[in-house]
Amino acid sequence: MSVRSTVRALPTLFRVGFAEMVAYRAEMLVWVLATTMPLIMLALWSAVARDAPVGRFGQEDFVAYFLATFIVRQLTGAWVAWQLSFEVRTGTLAMRLLRPLHPMVSYAVENLSAIPLRLIVAFPVAVLALVLTGAQRLPRDPLLWGVLLLALLGGWLITFLANAVIGTLALWTGSSIKVMDVWLALFMVFSGYLVPVELFPPLIRGAVEVLPFRYQIGFPVEVLTGALHRGAALRLLLGQWIWIGLFVLGLRIMWRRGLQRFAAYGG
Amino acid sequence: MSGVARYWRLLGVQVRSSVLLGLQYRADFVLDGVVSLFWTLTALVPLFTVFHLRDTIAGWTFAEALLVTGWFTLLEAILEGAINPSLTAVVEHIRKGTLDFVLLKPADAQFLVSTARFEPWRSTNVITALVLWVVGFVRMGRMPSPLGSLAALLLLVTATALLYSLWILTVSAAFYVVKIDNLTNLFNSIFDAARWPVQVFRGLMRWVFTFVVPLALMTTFPAEAMLGRLPLPALAWSVVGAGVFGWLSRRVWLRSIARYTSASS
Repeated sequence: MSVRSTVRALPTLFRVGFAEMVAYRAEMLVWVLATTMPLIMLALWSAVARDAPVGRFGQEDFVAYFLATFIVRQLTGAWVAWQLSFEVRTGTLAMRLLRPLHPMVSYAVENLSAIPLRLIVAFPVAVLALVLTGAQRLPRDPLLWGVLLLALLGGWLITFLANAVIGTLALWTGSSIKVMDVWLALFMVFSGYLVPVELFPPLIRGAVEVLPFRYQIGFPVEVLTGALHRGAALRLLLGQWIWIGLFVLGLRIMWRRGLQRFAAYGG
Repeated sequence: MSGVARYWRLLGVQVRSSVLLGLQYRADFVLDGVVSLFWTLTALVPLFTVFHLRDTIAGWTFAEALLVTGWFTLLEAILEGAINPSLTAVVEHIRKGTLDFVLLKPADAQFLVSTARFEPWRSTNVITALVLWVVGFVRMGRMPSPLGSLAALLLLVTATALLYSLWILTVSAAFYVVKIDNLTNLFNSIFDAARWPVQVFRGLMRWVFTFVVPLALMTTFPAEAMLGRLPLPALAWSVVGAGVFGWLSRRVWLRSIARYTSASS
């Protein structure tokens, strides 16, 4: 599987993935409705900030923060862990292995091809955010817009790679959905999805700084809402890509070892 | 044999078969317990964070809010142990077309599918809920109101009924959108709002969580009852509300099942 043939296959794979998303659009809508948690958290934090601002957050800042959170979550979704776990259990992973294309590439493309439809959902929310809170929060520095793009890509990569690593575990355990549940619980709480990272009490904050979760949601959101200046943004970007490197390394090792155990039950 | 007695006996049979089935997967019991305890503990982090920043939120102190979280945890346990397993099975039936076999049986289909699976060992969170209540009342330095606790007990019944009705409504959607992981997700994410006292929400959201998806009746009201500050009309309305939702979900279920066109056959 040369790089050239992989690249040549990409547009077709995208088209197939996109067609599949369109076919299951009702499910996608249900999924989007299930990610409205930021709106609940927005209501909660607005109640907290009703009398006086919390840190640098007034009510309007919370509106900007959580609408941005909603948008970032739409753009950084991945679900390979469930796919892998399912395909290992049913043996259908064998079909993927037969193709002259690395399975991780095909998973990545399938997951990425959901993004155009999700952009359609995210767009009105972005407009709403701009109407409600004004454009002055958006970063003015062009460098920060570059950082934002990399941060979003990085956020998606961490979500995808963590999913893939946990999904690969299924090659040893048969199913790794439980592990994924634990990861999701940690993700929800520590990524900045429910609580902006800077509002955590010091002890928890210390843990959040070293964990990968904040790079999935919190970091891109902070760049998008203009909370970071150049120095801090670049430092976090470095942290994010170090985590991506670690995940890639871990996935390579686990995939190679795990695949030797794959027996394609029932496949 | 009268109808009711027959259904009681059927319930006994179904419970027995779930228990036998469950005994096969004993290792899952421990794992599920650990995972759900972990969920509950991490889910407390936002609560701690919020009350670390403020002493009271929307009129609730930390200790009082713990009671609401306790009720949420208890209902979650009921959901996991008694409601989710059966209703997940229905959606699988719908997807595969095996619901035919259930429909052919000479008993009410909703009854059969709702009692098909019980997994009480998933309900480790009942203990967590009790712990949260004890911690809450110890921190307040008082006992729960005795009369209020009776009301809370009644509300436990109505809350369970409401939870069940909401689930039936969600599952009915599976006849139209055939995929459960999404539906469970949707239900859980909406139910998650019940973690917070309803006074936190304002305007439209408050109205929705009281009348449309009555989360307030499930966690905030029972907590208020325990504190002895739930007004009597609210109690009465909860009972009426649970009745209305039960009736509504039954109608929707019957309508959806009429639309069922066995898959794959």
